[in-house]
Amino acid sequence: MSNNEQHSKPLLRVQELRTWFYTFGGLVKAVDGVSFDLAPGEIMGLVGESGGGKSMIGFSIMGLIDPPGRIEGGRIEFNGKNIAGLSEDEMRVIRGKEIAMIFQDPMTALNPLYTIGNQIEETLALHTALSARERRAKAIEMLHKVGIPQPEQRLSHYPHQFSGGMRQRVVIAIAMIAKPRLLIADEPTTALDVTIQAQLLRLMRQQVVENGTSMILITHDLAAVSQMADTIVVLYCGRIVEKGPAEDIIARPRHPYTRGLIDSIPHETAENDGPKQRLSQIPGNVPDIRKLPPGCAFAPRCSRASERCRMQDPVLMEHNAIAMGSGKLRPHAVACHHPLAVSP
Amino acid sequence: MVSSQPIPATRARSRMQRFFASEFFHNYKRNLSAVLGSLIVLGFLVMVTIGPLIVSQNPYDVSQLDLMAAFKPPAWLAGGSSEYWLGTDGQGRDVLASIVYGSRISLIIGLVAMGGACLLGTTLGLIAGFYGGRLDAVIMRIADIQLSFPSVLTALFLMSAFGTGLDKVLIALISVGWVVYARTVRGSTLRETQKEYVQAARVSGLPNRKIILRHVLPNVLTPLIVVATIQVGTFVLIEASLSFLGVGVPVTQPSLGLLIKNGFDVLFSGLWWVSIFPGLFIMLLVFGINLLGDFLRDELNPRLK
Repeated sequence: MSNNEQHSKPLLRVQELRTWFYTFGGLVKAVDGVSFDLAPGEIMGLVGESGGGKSMIGFSIMGLIDPPGRIEGGRIEFNGKNIAGLSEDEMRVIRGKEIAMIFQDPMTALNPLYTIGNQIEETLALHTALSARERRAKAIEMLHKVGIPQPEQRLSHYPHQFSGGMRQRVVIAIAMIAKPRLLIADEPTTALDVTIQAQLLRLMRQQVVENGTSMILITHDLAAVSQMADTIVVLYCGRIVEKGPAEDIIARPRHPYTRGLIDSIPHETAENDGPKQRLSQIPGNVPDIRKLPPGCAFAPRCSRASERCRMQDPVLMEHNAIAMGSGKLRPHAVACHHPLAVSP
Repeated sequence: MVSSQPIPATRARSRMQRFFASEFFHNYKRNLSAVLGSLIVLGFLVMVTIGPLIVSQNPYDVSQLDLMAAFKPPAWLAGGSSEYWLGTDGQGRDVLASIVYGSRISLIIGLVAMGGACLLGTTLGLIAGFYGGRLDAVIMRIADIQLSFPSVLTALFLMSAFGTGLDKVLIALISVGWVVYARTVRGSTLRETQKEYVQAARVSGLPNRKIILRHVLPNVLTPLIVVATIQVGTFVLIEASLSFLGVGVPVTQPSLGLLIKNGFDVLFSGLWWVSIFPGLFIMLLVFGINLLGDFLRDELNPRLK
């Protein structure tokens, strides 16, 4: 993925995006000054704990922020055009056709009252001028591609006749059928059995690569991201704390939060016979986003925090991007006063 | 929940066959009160459609009336005549024939008003639930105010403001009845719009109007079937009350309620049959509708399964 694309114009450029919610309990800065670029065909992992504002970035791009939320500032350039603040009618043309989205729960992602054929073809009917026969042929082809056996018969089945994994395949088929240029997958495998999570991730990756679609994979599962993504963006309390090439972030995290996330992945060690190790965790909880402490939002949970961290907000800075030769998409940037040393 | 096993290719079966093989029909057959209720309702439907062809006179065609036959008691009492099974009223109208014609008016009012209330209430409920915000607040506050008045009182007030007549009765009933639908639909709409298929529909670029009609509406309909069924009975009763109070249908289009009123003046003179029989028929109709409604409620409510 990373070859020959690093110099092309980004498909999506998010700049200083701020999505705020005016709730009765106070102002929630769900997304607060987030910037990133996404190249055509690039897969980006958006990682963070629950409540970190990950999903709101996806909804902001889709133009689906409902009151009391509002895009307070920033630009979302899709294909060179700012789509933040487009009218509902203008957005509708983009949704489903240019940008598709997949949700977490395959159990409720399909309407129980319509056959899946009907639901797959709905998107086509909306965005293409294909005839009913052509739509059906396309739907069959798409179901086949996502690995659903006997697609002709399955078209006339209802969602309850499918298992969770199969439903998520259908959801992927619906998302990909209009060949979108950007796919936003919001925790696409969280609700599935562990045994089929990997299968579906692989399927998604294959679909995306085949079509040259860019993808934003929103998840709290760093393990999944590390297998899929070209770049990783780590969010904490609505802000980016670290971003960079995927292998680099996994191998050499600079932000203590990223380090914590990586350490919380249960890993299979070579010495399986050795004493079982306790899974490490990040102490404390995500703070109430309405009452963020001054300075670095992670400071209260951070072992490296100093007085400075509690006073001054760290800014996202490129930390001498590791020269890994050619082919690296992005420099490695981190927002931390005391970044972890690059271990050899 | 139906099993999620892959099922074999469905054999070609007609809708009818599938219905008779369904769990719904199976439960229906074994539920005595459901069968009884539906038989009563069916009986009324047959009566009001072909009844006028069978009864001996049209009680509202003056030329067919025989004043000499006024206040005849039912056929099985002394002085009764086999020509008038349930006796006659003061103008010599056959009570049975009056009931057949009156049931027709009562049922039409009940059904049409139910349809109107359902349409209005469902539309408002969908709008309130889907868009939320100020629109929702306004609609639901109106509904709350509406609910704080007894429905007969509201209807009575509207009738006295607009005057009497069949159309006015319908307007009054619809203004009283839409609230139940609006509340039920709003509640289910709120629940359904949380589900991801509605989000998915938005994400695929479907306009809101289509999302509401195609995705939300069909998923909120089930509880309405119960409300609608029972409401037909309620409306028949409210209409009867209005007519009894003299603000309902005109005398030329008498409903069951008006028949009771007509006989009420002579009720204590021993001429009881003029009022009592229409009253019994109202009771029977509402009873049948409610039995059916109860069955549907048990059957369609997933929480009772």
